Amino acid sequence: MTDSTAQGLTGTREDAQDEPLTIAANPPQRALGLHRELTKAWANDSGWWGQVTAVNHTTLGLRFMGTALVFFLIGGVLSMLIRAQLATHDGAFLDTELYNQIFTMHGSIMMFLFAIPMLEGLSIYLLPKLLGTRDMAFPRLTALGYWCYLFGGLIMLTALLFGVAPRDGWFMYTPLSSAAHSPGINADVWLLGVTFVEISALAAAVEITVTILRQRAPGMKLTEMPLFAWYILGTSVMMLVGFPPLILASVLLEIERAFGWPFFDVARGGDPLLWQHLFWLFGHPEVYIIFLPAAGVLSTLIPVLCRTQIVGYGAIVASILALVFLSFGLWVHHMFTVGIPHMALAFFSAASLAVAVPTVVQVFAWIGTMWQGRPELKLPMYYILGFFLTFVMGGLTGVMLAVVPFNWQAHDTAFVTAHLHYVLIGGFVFPMLAAAAWWMPQITGRERVRGLGEAAFWVILIGFHGTFFIMHLTGLLGMPRRIDVYTENPEWVWLNLTSSIFGFVMTIGFGLFVLDMALQAFMGQKQRRDPWRAPTLDWAMPLPAPAYTFASIPAPRHLDKEARDVTLPLARGEGLLPGAPRRRREFLVTSLAGARPDHVAILPGNTALPLAVSATIGAFVLLMLAGLYPLTLLPLAGVAALVWLWGRGMVRPVDEAPIPVAPGWQLPEQGLRRRTLGWSGSVCLLVANGTLFASLVFGVGFLAVVAPGWPGPEVQAAGRAALPGVVLAALMPLSGALAVRWAEAGQRRGSAGLVAAGLGLLANAVALGALAWLAAGHMDDPTQHARDALRGVLAGYVALHAFIAAGLGGFALDQTRRGEITPAHGGVLPTWRLWQDYAAVTAPIAAVLAVGLGMST
Amino acid sequence: MLGGAAVLTLLVLVLLAMAFGPPRKVAARRWTHGLGLGLSLPVLGVMLAAGLWVGERVLPRDDGALKIEVHAVQWYWEFTAPGSDGPVMTRDRLILPAGEPVDLVITSEDVIHSFWVPQLGGKMDAIPGRTNRLRLQADAPGVLVGQCAEFCGLGHAVMRFEVEVVDPDDWEDALRATADNGEAEDD
Repeated sequence: MTDSTAQGLTGTREDAQDEPLTIAANPPQRALGLHRELTKAWANDSGWWGQVTAVNHTTLGLRFMGTALVFFLIGGVLSMLIRAQLATHDGAFLDTELYNQIFTMHGSIMMFLFAIPMLEGLSIYLLPKLLGTRDMAFPRLTALGYWCYLFGGLIMLTALLFGVAPRDGWFMYTPLSSAAHSPGINADVWLLGVTFVEISALAAAVEITVTILRQRAPGMKLTEMPLFAWYILGTSVMMLVGFPPLILASVLLEIERAFGWPFFDVARGGDPLLWQHLFWLFGHPEVYIIFLPAAGVLSTLIPVLCRTQIVGYGAIVASILALVFLSFGLWVHHMFTVGIPHMALAFFSAASLAVAVPTVVQVFAWIGTMWQGRPELKLPMYYILGFFLTFVMGGLTGVMLAVVPFNWQAHDTAFVTAHLHYVLIGGFVFPMLAAAAWWMPQITGRERVRGLGEAAFWVILIGFHGTFFIMHLTGLLGMPRRIDVYTENPEWVWLNLTSSIFGFVMTIGFGLFVLDMALQAFMGQKQRRDPWRAPTLDWAMPLPAPAYTFASIPAPRHLDKEARDVTLPLARGEGLLPGAPRRRREFLVTSLAGARPDHVAILPGNTALPLAVSATIGAFVLLMLAGLYPLTLLPLAGVAALVWLWGRGMVRPVDEAPIPVAPGWQLPEQGLRRRTLGWSGSVCLLVANGTLFASLVFGVGFLAVVAPGWPGPEVQAAGRAALPGVVLAALMPLSGALAVRWAEAGQRRGSAGLVAAGLGLLANAVALGALAWLAAGHMDDPTQHARDALRGVLAGYVALHAFIAAGLGGFALDQTRRGEITPAHGGVLPTWRLWQDYAAVTAPIAAVLAVGLGMST
Repeated sequence: MLGGAAVLTLLVLVLLAMAFGPPRKVAARRWTHGLGLGLSLPVLGVMLAAGLWVGERVLPRDDGALKIEVHAVQWYWEFTAPGSDGPVMTRDRLILPAGEPVDLVITSEDVIHSFWVPQLGGKMDAIPGRTNRLRLQADAPGVLVGQCAEFCGLGHAVMRFEVEVVDPDDWEDALRATADNGEAEDD
């Protein structure tokens, strides 16, 4: 490598985009020595405490998947209770109250506690290995996500044990789920528990997006990365945009239930349809969030099992992008029966049909791949064939449901139950079972026991189709969903009895599957490396996968080879950044599109902080459930303090000496770069946050224009007198944004920015003060009408962001005082600037909306 | 529609079965564009057009058709029809004239319910604060069963009603015979 290329690389701009990356190999070392050195830096602490403090992606990915499997089994047991109840027409097995809790929990568990965490776990476990890096971008965030998922799930399960579980359906339609029609804590358990769990979904979405975009091995261009990464990128982007509407809806409904602010109550200017719009704005993309990772598994497995390359890489990527885009345009097809103008129905019907096109393209790309190669009938292929059979039928019934008149007939009948199980079990569970058969050798390092897996497949397949195929007919004969008895329709008994019997067959099949996994994990023969002769990097490592994944990071010359040809060179440290000579966790950060190396990221080690944060959030949830609202301020303050500690945990003395990566080639560490992983993470989080805000703006517009009961009572307190407070709250974040820029200018010149940081902090504090002044007597009672409730929420949103910006300003002030901000290292300033700018943009919009709402009377 | 679905499923299965065999040269575009787009777009287009055409026919129009108010309450139905001397209310029993289009005006007292008579097709939600309309036509006299199709709490499974379809000439008599005079309040 010439000196000038080395300069270009250390300079790391995208200018050399088209030049091929040529990087010299590091000299080979003893693989065992590297292994010991890396294990010391990357392994979890020992003992059970080591499990508490673990932040490693392999540990947490497996734990996510294991926990999701347990929830799947619990959800399965609940479904068996449902089938037992429906086996006869007068089922006296469960009373209606319990039956309602059980079907609500079955749906909620399978969606929120099984499917989403399972795909998160698979992505977390697999992505670093597939992309040629050593961990996810934010290991502590991975751990935080896991604990939030576990605690949220446990709260919901505990509620079920005590008979106070949610009972209003997994879709929680208001006003059935409102305080008036659903007293008790049942609905609160859903709203708070699911939102708690969604923290993990957002955390996973942020770090998956950043990991895929910025941690690919050098030279792995975005346009050439493994298809699985494309699928997961599509998934994570959908999660960033899809979950905020649900979180907003849950927060609004919980505020309505707890404090009486009306958003969905018709009598006070709310509208139950707002819930449905927000819920399905999440709920339909959710289906594709679940399907895309499963399709990613198929696109990964099929070519290898057929010993060929995938057909139509470009068409598949285009299909993924089309699905991501289209899936946000068809939420209304869940609402065809709520009374929507026919032309609007036509639009959403067309969108719902159009979304089938990219799926069809993928299905034929997979079959074409099988034609091109020679398919081998190994266990994962069984499940892939099961997928084709099941998913194609589910897709076709889905197309039928997109046709409006048919939908009017079949909506909310057993036909839809059949359709969604064909799509979800066919499109998600079968591919996940294929994935389990595929990656279990890597996870356990052992071979499976012959025969048992195939037996499990046949029992599951027969049980599934026996249960659900006939349910199409049951639905067409008129049996609605969610009924516990059908006394007057004894003619449905034999259909239901058949479904029930095969349901138990399917359960036995899953029992065999779990047994197979257990036997493989504990009794299997030792597995040789790379059992599938796969091309992807996830197999270019010893089995089971070590904590650090790669002893050296793959260089461009390692990327176009089969996994088994690069395993040894990587283990001997011939790739980049070999070993852990600085005794800390390091990997490479590369550029977004071309994967040019940019800097070396240094990760935090094992810590119990994620557990502490999620336990504190858990305390908040429990206090809310107990109705002890004033006390909830304690855990909220605790979260703020812990987040500060979290930030301090990232601060370390910046090492200005460049880090050697390959012979003659060095990279700066993250502290000397402005666009760090953390910065990218903040951008992703702000995208999600912006979607939440956009959903809130949609809610304001929807209620003001569409809801009955407007205009509300005359505006009393919030008149002209309140204007100074509104103006201050709207404009002070903007002053904060100016202060950040001043502080940054000072940082580059090397002058201490105490004054600038202090002014920024002050500006946000003034905004908070102005909002407090408004709340203390210049706003109308938010419980009287949706208008005032919306104004309250807008004020709360601005206050939250002023608080966050103030916290970041305070953090910057503290860092300046400690001398941690230098001309080369901006510390928290780039992150503060992002959040401050966001607050500066949203505060005036919120203010204009709040004032506009007042004028609508 | 069901037949078409079966044909398409079979097509996929046959293509899958044919994949098992020696490798062969594959033109990528023939699969992704030819089958992927070429097959799906026409099928979907036809379905959309057919759906819109049928959908248009069941829309209520201002043509002086009989209007019956449907009011859903946890967990029963109130039907109010215009009699010759004032509105007549019936409970859990809807009287329809055979062979005539009827516009149902659907409202709710408390939570979301959904009006559905499987044999008459169509379905419309009853939503608090809103009025929805549904056009139905029963062709022959007889007794049908309807039920709530949106989960509405404890009594959802038993929130059923009967639909009595009578000759148009007997409609008003049947209505009066079933009229709810406030005596059946406590069931």
